Amino acid sequence: MVPVSYYLVLSAVLFGLGVVAFIFKRNVITIFMSIELMLNAVNLAFVAFARAWHQLDGLVFVFFVIVVAAAEAAVGLAIVITIAHNRRTLNVEEVNLLKF
Amino acid sequence: MTIPLLLFFICAILAVVGAVSLILAREPIHSALSLILVMIALAVLYLLLGAEFIAAVQIIVYAGAVMVLFVFVIMLLNAGAEERTNWSRIALWVGVPLGFFLLLECAHWLYGSPAGAAIGTGSAAATPGISTAALSEQLFTNYLFPFEATSILILIAILGAMVLARRDE
Repeated sequence: MVPVSYYLVLSAVLFGLGVVAFIFKRNVITIFMSIELMLNAVNLAFVAFARAWHQLDGLVFVFFVIVVAAAEAAVGLAIVITIAHNRRTLNVEEVNLLKF
Repeated sequence: MTIPLLLFFICAILAVVGAVSLILAREPIHSALSLILVMIALAVLYLLLGAEFIAAVQIIVYAGAVMVLFVFVIMLLNAGAEERTNWSRIALWVGVPLGFFLLLECAHWLYGSPAGAAIGTGSAAATPGISTAALSEQLFTNYLFPFEATSILILIAILGAMVLARRDE
């Protein structure tokens, strides 16, 4: 049987890759996708812990995370479309109105 | 090596490969497709952990609805290859060492603490799977208020997305 620690290591690796993608990518849509990757990594840790300690609450949390991520993707992509219409670019370095 | 362990390693490698290819791909559409690979590998891992309902929701909502939305927006905006930039020197010489230091610190803390020991010795998949019936009972009794609140949240998200994406006349 697979130990819980394996799942947690995989979750940590995926979360770390999500952070790296978030920092290094320049495209707004890809940055959004790296956020989804991090949420998926956290979900895996939730399910692994729920399994290890026989608690259902972790699974309920995963359900809510998925629902909120779907809502977040809908609103976020609407914002991306608005930015693309107004600034004619998807590069985050050119969206710098609030930058010092 | 038992079959669950083999399946775990196959899916774990697929997920990590997908995540790395998300970072390395230059076209956003390639990143989106590799993210779908990660999500499907994670769905198989959820099945392996005995969470069938979560695996189904992962496929239907994440790999289905959310990623279709992403691919649709990429196609709509005609997003091409992103240009690479040299990252700033501060990020290179201060950020990267500090990131590694934080990682080492976390690993050291987890290694020495009782929480880390409890995580290390726990074994998943030692008991029969968590039934969907029990999960739905929790969802509609203990978590009824958050459940209703998320339905309001989704309604607000739909309205917000429509208002934001509307073109001004």
